[in-house]
Amino acid sequence: MAPIEKVITANNLTKRFGDFIAVDKINFDVNKGEIFGFLGANGAGKTTAMRMLCGLLMPTSGEATVAGFDVYKQTEQIKKNIGYMSQKFSLYEDLTITENIRFYAGIYGLNDAQIKEKTAILIKQLHLEGEEKTLVRALPLGWKQKLAFSIAIVHDPAIVFLDEPTGGVDPITRREFWGLIYEASARGITIFVTTHYMDEAEYCNRVSIMVDGRIDALDTPANLMKTFAADSMDEVFLQLARKAVRTGD
Amino acid sequence: MKKEWLHIWRDPRTLFILIFMPVVQIILYGFALTTEVKNANIAIYDQSKDEATLEISHEIAASRYFNLVKNLNSYKQIGETFRQGNTRMVIVFPANFRNDLLHTNSAQIQLIADASDPNTANTLTNYASSIISYYQQSLNNNEQLPYTIKAQVRMLYNPELKGAYSFVPGVMALVLMLVCAMMTSIAIVKEKEMGTMEVILVSPLKPFRIIIAKTVPYLLVSLMNIITILLLSIYVLDVPIVGSITLLMVESILFTLTSLSVGILISNSAQTQQTAMFTAMMSLFLPTLLFSGFMFPIENMPWPLQVISNIVPSKWYYIIVKNIMIKGLGFEAVWKETLILVGMTAALFGISIYKFKIRLA
Repeated sequence: MAPIEKVITANNLTKRFGDFIAVDKINFDVNKGEIFGFLGANGAGKTTAMRMLCGLLMPTSGEATVAGFDVYKQTEQIKKNIGYMSQKFSLYEDLTITENIRFYAGIYGLNDAQIKEKTAILIKQLHLEGEEKTLVRALPLGWKQKLAFSIAIVHDPAIVFLDEPTGGVDPITRREFWGLIYEASARGITIFVTTHYMDEAEYCNRVSIMVDGRIDALDTPANLMKTFAADSMDEVFLQLARKAVRTGD
Repeated sequence: MKKEWLHIWRDPRTLFILIFMPVVQIILYGFALTTEVKNANIAIYDQSKDEATLEISHEIAASRYFNLVKNLNSYKQIGETFRQGNTRMVIVFPANFRNDLLHTNSAQIQLIADASDPNTANTLTNYASSIISYYQQSLNNNEQLPYTIKAQVRMLYNPELKGAYSFVPGVMALVLMLVCAMMTSIAIVKEKEMGTMEVILVSPLKPFRIIIAKTVPYLLVSLMNIITILLLSIYVLDVPIVGSITLLMVESILFTLTSLSVGILISNSAQTQQTAMFTAMMSLFLPTLLFSGFMFPIENMPWPLQVISNIVPSKWYYIIVKNIMIKGLGFEAVWKETLILVGMTAALFGISIYKFKIRLA
């Protein structure tokens, strides 16, 4: 077997806001093509950690690389190699589906021919034929989400960061959404996903659980359940989260 | 009810508005915003320099309405004085004023007022006329034959005293400020609210390009606004563009850029569309209305407010538009104001690019 390629490495990565240590010396690696679950209660530091990796926040100390680039100095290159989907879906509600695709593909520097090709593939993949000119506002939540995800990976990034992508969506749509994630993963895109839903955690290859800014556990879901003698990820999570001192966002 | 009090106390902004707005308003409307004119700069061209003219000049200079800044020596200087823009009115005494008065019992005084601000011009000529007629009465007390001094009024730039002459430049300043600053700030903040800004920030786009892309459409919309206003003013309100249209357009684009930078600056600090709108209103709409000199003459304000008026970009744009459009003056008359606007724009734009957070820290 070929040596495992690491696409994200974090080494004692820390972020302080004044006296508050949002992220406290976290260490982890993410392998290429992996679906990496990044769990934690509200306020545990997930979003902060993710923002540091995306080049939106400057870390206070520690080291990290994303797609082989340094988060301090090479944020430009990092940005070219990642996709990002925020909690709010971040589509333009008053633009049509194709206009949204065009815009996001455009800011990642795809040319017109590529955009056209991608749009066709996307529309087909999402079964949105005939809806190309529909305003995103008119789409059901689940479709918006799937569209947002597809747009986040429209430029075939090495890694895609998903920040609680399935908030407020029914279980069936969530399952479909994970179908898309698996497809992307099969294409070699590394998935870095934060979530509250423990059933989703079980879909991940490996998960890390953050408590009070630290990573308290990191393994495959099966191993974690074994270690904590739990029947489900839910239980694992509760055991860890109960130790938390910080609460809420 | 207690809950409502808590809301008020915990939101410093509401508290500020509740407590300071009345104070500010009273002060502004009480002291600053009178359409009454005080200390208007005037010049006198006295061709006869006799007892009578000196006395009238003295009366006028002593009045609190006027501030005699210059004595002129030729007709040519009258035009020059007006072109410099600070003088509101010139009083011209013809040669042999006193002789005429004594021998023919009547004499004339010419009052030339800058009517690009019709209200002020009207008020000033009325003040001057009444001082003159007062003098005339004091003469007549001692004489059998009544003397008459006729004040001949000439309204420069705007002979019909149309309100539109001062209104159009003011509205241009107002509209541009509003469209550009408010719309850009709202547009940027809207993206923040929707979360799309986050995604754009994660993308490899440079902040400079984001800002340019966000502003250019509004620049074009504003240009259309300028053209509409100008067309309306020419064909509907009968306000001609006396000066160079090209110069006017260039200056308008410059002012548009100033407003756009203000908008970007607002959007940097505002987190919600509501705040952005509110800030834009407070920091742009009202100051433009109050301090551009278009509703209320700036000379009448107490000096702290006069100082404040200097940092309002619309004031300078208003002066520029008036000079070019109504008075037909060229670049040499507005280069100072232009320079100020360029400086403001550069500074504002610089700050906004610098503050535009590429990292959402």
